Amino acid sequence: MTEQLHDVTLIVNGVPLKATVPGRRLLSDCLRHDLGLTGTHVGCEHGVCGACTVLVDGQPMRSCLLLAVSVDGQQITTVEGLAGPGGELSPVQQGFRDCHGLQCGFCTPGFLTTITAGLADNPAPTADEAREMIGGNLCRCTGYQNIVASVLRAAELTRDAT
Amino acid sequence: MKPAAFDYSRPETLPEVVDLLGNLGSDGKVLAGGQSLLPLLSMRLAAPAHLVDINRVAELDYVRSNSDGVRIGALARHSSVERDPGARVVQPMLSKALRLVAHPTIRNRGTTVGSIVHADPAAEMPTVLCLLGGTVFVESSAGHRQIEAAEFFQGPLESALVAGEIAVAAFFPALPAQSGVAFVEVSRRHGDYAVVGVGALITVDDDLRISSARVGLLSVSATPLVLDLTDAIRGKSLDSDLSDAGVIAREAAEPEPDIHASADYRRHLVGVLTDRAVREAAAAASDAALAAEPHAGSSQP
Repeated sequence: MTEQLHDVTLIVNGVPLKATVPGRRLLSDCLRHDLGLTGTHVGCEHGVCGACTVLVDGQPMRSCLLLAVSVDGQQITTVEGLAGPGGELSPVQQGFRDCHGLQCGFCTPGFLTTITAGLADNPAPTADEAREMIGGNLCRCTGYQNIVASVLRAAELTRDAT
Repeated sequence: MKPAAFDYSRPETLPEVVDLLGNLGSDGKVLAGGQSLLPLLSMRLAAPAHLVDINRVAELDYVRSNSDGVRIGALARHSSVERDPGARVVQPMLSKALRLVAHPTIRNRGTTVGSIVHADPAAEMPTVLCLLGGTVFVESSAGHRQIEAAEFFQGPLESALVAGEIAVAAFFPALPAQSGVAFVEVSRRHGDYAVVGVGALITVDDDLRISSARVGLLSVSATPLVLDLTDAIRGKSLDSDLSDAGVIAREAAEPEPDIHASADYRRHLVGVLTDRAVREAAAAASDAALAAEPHAGSSQP
């Protein structure tokens, strides 16, 4: 039996991209392998680590816990879509740079997407709210202190820019 | 870690879903949020022949509240239920328990009805449904039926649904008058499955004395364990010793050990968390009773 294939169109960072995938293709694998967008990292592949977090219609979700075919036609924002058109860093990216919010960088794409949506929801988080915001993402390098500082810095940068 | 191959359908109406599931029989499996199903597929602990994706069935995406309770459609995400202003008022235990369901990112996709159907004894929402005495609404090509919470959970990851059926909604009864709820748990890390969790529903009389006390325990038995502790603390008020509730709960629980905790530790947690949940719920019940008192408004200017 040959495996059933599906044509899907994902609006990734504003650009419609087509792929032909089996039903079992995870969104994380579709982004990385079919569409060549390797910014989304795959850590645990069962929804625990948060590295593969992308925004689906603006909401953070685990791309390893979604089938590509299930989000056909929806808006996907990956880490590649966060910087400005000229490559200028987004406030969250700049916050990470300013506060040393990353070391090896493996978990960083998931943090950046999660925090981007988190700050859209709550533009002025307290330190506790910043911890809650990143509670679903694992980082083995930083000890999280600098990531919390980065969230607060990103909120500050966003405020200053408006 | 990749799922095994399966066929895939994405119907857009409930009658289409029911038809498909009827034809597929035991080969069919409903995909809603998939936050529990996808890990099972990826680890190949489950390998259904055909997934029926209900994420486009808009008629199942609702949270409806009235004075009787909250009815939640099969496509309502945990995050929608958690934030629903009507649901918060009608049955505050929903948002209290949902805060403890995994992480916000998971709750953005996972559905409350899906969590109930998954019937994990370590999950919050099956216990909430049992504690409140809720109902699951089921459709199939044979028609519809309702299953009471007490009959719905048959074993770990095992519900009363049979092949060809889909749970289309769950109903959570409203918070009774002069009542309060609480939901507390201990987990190894924030967002993990609870080692033990306890929900409490307490009602007080006009003198603020406890007239009814029920708790629901998770992670201590194969299905949610609901205990009526009324006899242990009936007639007591918030400022008296309520510790008999925890003692009785600890004696009633027969937890199994696993890699996360020994049976003794779990039993200990049952006692401690029951105390906490009962106190918090009794305080909320007293507040509710005081707020509802007819004289409360008389001193207002």
